[in-house]
Amino acid sequence: MPEPGAAPGVRGVRRARGTRAYLRAIGAIVWKDMAAEFRSRELLGAMLVFALLVVLIFNFALELDAAARATVTSGVLWVTFAFAGTLGLNRSMSVEKDRGCLDGLLLAPVDRSALFFGKAIGNLVFMLVVEAIVLPIYSLLYNVNLLLPGMLGAILLGSLGYVVVGTLLAAMAVQARTRDVLLPILLFPVILPVLVAAVKATTGFLQGLETADILPWIQLMVAFDVIFTAVAFMVFDFVVEE
Amino acid sequence: MGASPRGLKFLSWASVLMFGVASYLALVYAPREAVMGDVQRVFYFHVSAGWVGGLAFLTAAVAGVGYLLRGRRSWDQVALSSVEIGIAFTFINIVTGSIWARPIWNTWWTWDPRLVTATVMLLLYAAYLLLRQGIDDPDRRARFGAVYAIVGFLSVPLTFLSIRIFRTIHPVVIGNNDPTAQGAFDMTPRMLQAFLFSLLTFTVIYLTLLWHRTRLQRLSEHVEERKLKLLGG
Repeated sequence: MPEPGAAPGVRGVRRARGTRAYLRAIGAIVWKDMAAEFRSRELLGAMLVFALLVVLIFNFALELDAAARATVTSGVLWVTFAFAGTLGLNRSMSVEKDRGCLDGLLLAPVDRSALFFGKAIGNLVFMLVVEAIVLPIYSLLYNVNLLLPGMLGAILLGSLGYVVVGTLLAAMAVQARTRDVLLPILLFPVILPVLVAAVKATTGFLQGLETADILPWIQLMVAFDVIFTAVAFMVFDFVVEE
Repeated sequence: MGASPRGLKFLSWASVLMFGVASYLALVYAPREAVMGDVQRVFYFHVSAGWVGGLAFLTAAVAGVGYLLRGRRSWDQVALSSVEIGIAFTFINIVTGSIWARPIWNTWWTWDPRLVTATVMLLLYAAYLLLRQGIDDPDRRARFGAVYAIVGFLSVPLTFLSIRIFRTIHPVVIGNNDPTAQGAFDMTPRMLQAFLFSLLTFTVIYLTLLWHRTRLQRLSEHVEERKLKLLGG
């Protein structure tokens, strides 16, 4: 039995459908992205190799000896994630645009925000997979234990904020003439606060600071995630409108 | 569309006149600050320019919301005009701040929350202009501009907060002051008068420029349309 979840007739295209149907639509989009990636393996492979290359470059650019590592590890990690993330975001949206898939998705009788959440969750999964591989490798290479529970939480919160804004802006960037150069330029000034907070929280956990010292950064990330998820949910319609 | 409307003419002259008076107030009328000397006089225009920058970006975000809700082109014209003015005034704010900081902080630049936030705003709205440049369809350009103006404006206070959690050395002249700030001072009544007047002056200048620029944008869109019609027909 359908529940009156979404408000009916907000923009004509939207239909009042049950929450379950909405969740199913999101799940279908995530599943589509996963299946496509599983078969082609072009996105994760590129992100991963790129991420490891960035770590390698940092190793020589910063001379990551034991003393330097204690202070710059989280910075190196987040720059790596942010750069690899842009690759993934651009790719995941331009695939939809180039082969006309986006038009197909827009024709589907589901709320457009379901499309946004589907793509965002897909992007988050890709980013977390890259992080799940880079973190142990970094731990192994530099003999530091990065797999602390608090730190993983901080990385999850940071990635969430990054991906939410990134998915929205990537959807705009791929529709512009200058798309490949545009996404990082649009994205980095907006995600600066979440990046700063993520770096600080990660450093805090690595250096074993008190929870009270780390808490403001966690709160900032939570605030960022909540605000921008809500905003992206509200404005995504305008970004994909034809 | 004929010559400038009467209100705009009035505002233009008022801006010129008020700017003259504000310069006099800031450079002559206000007393010389005891510790910092004459370089403190940059304060009056520095804060006013920063205020106009913030006001302009707020206006752009509000106009963005207006455009998304109503879809009228005039909202978009206001937003674009406001962003351009905001960039100019934020730049003035940063440059005058650097001129003051050189003798007072002994450096042109430091990574203080206000300085970083002003710079990030500059980059953010430069990105806004690049985004618009990359899109040919005028409706889509307006829609994307509105979305980015809203998203960008919301992230600015969070940027400020994220860097504020570090210690700051920037003086807070209005409201209570952090004792660790360098270059702080208390305003005498004459200083306050000069300051409030330059705030008002810059606000009037902003409104005048916004009107001029919006009008220019409307006219250029008209010309564009006519050209297309002529070439098409």
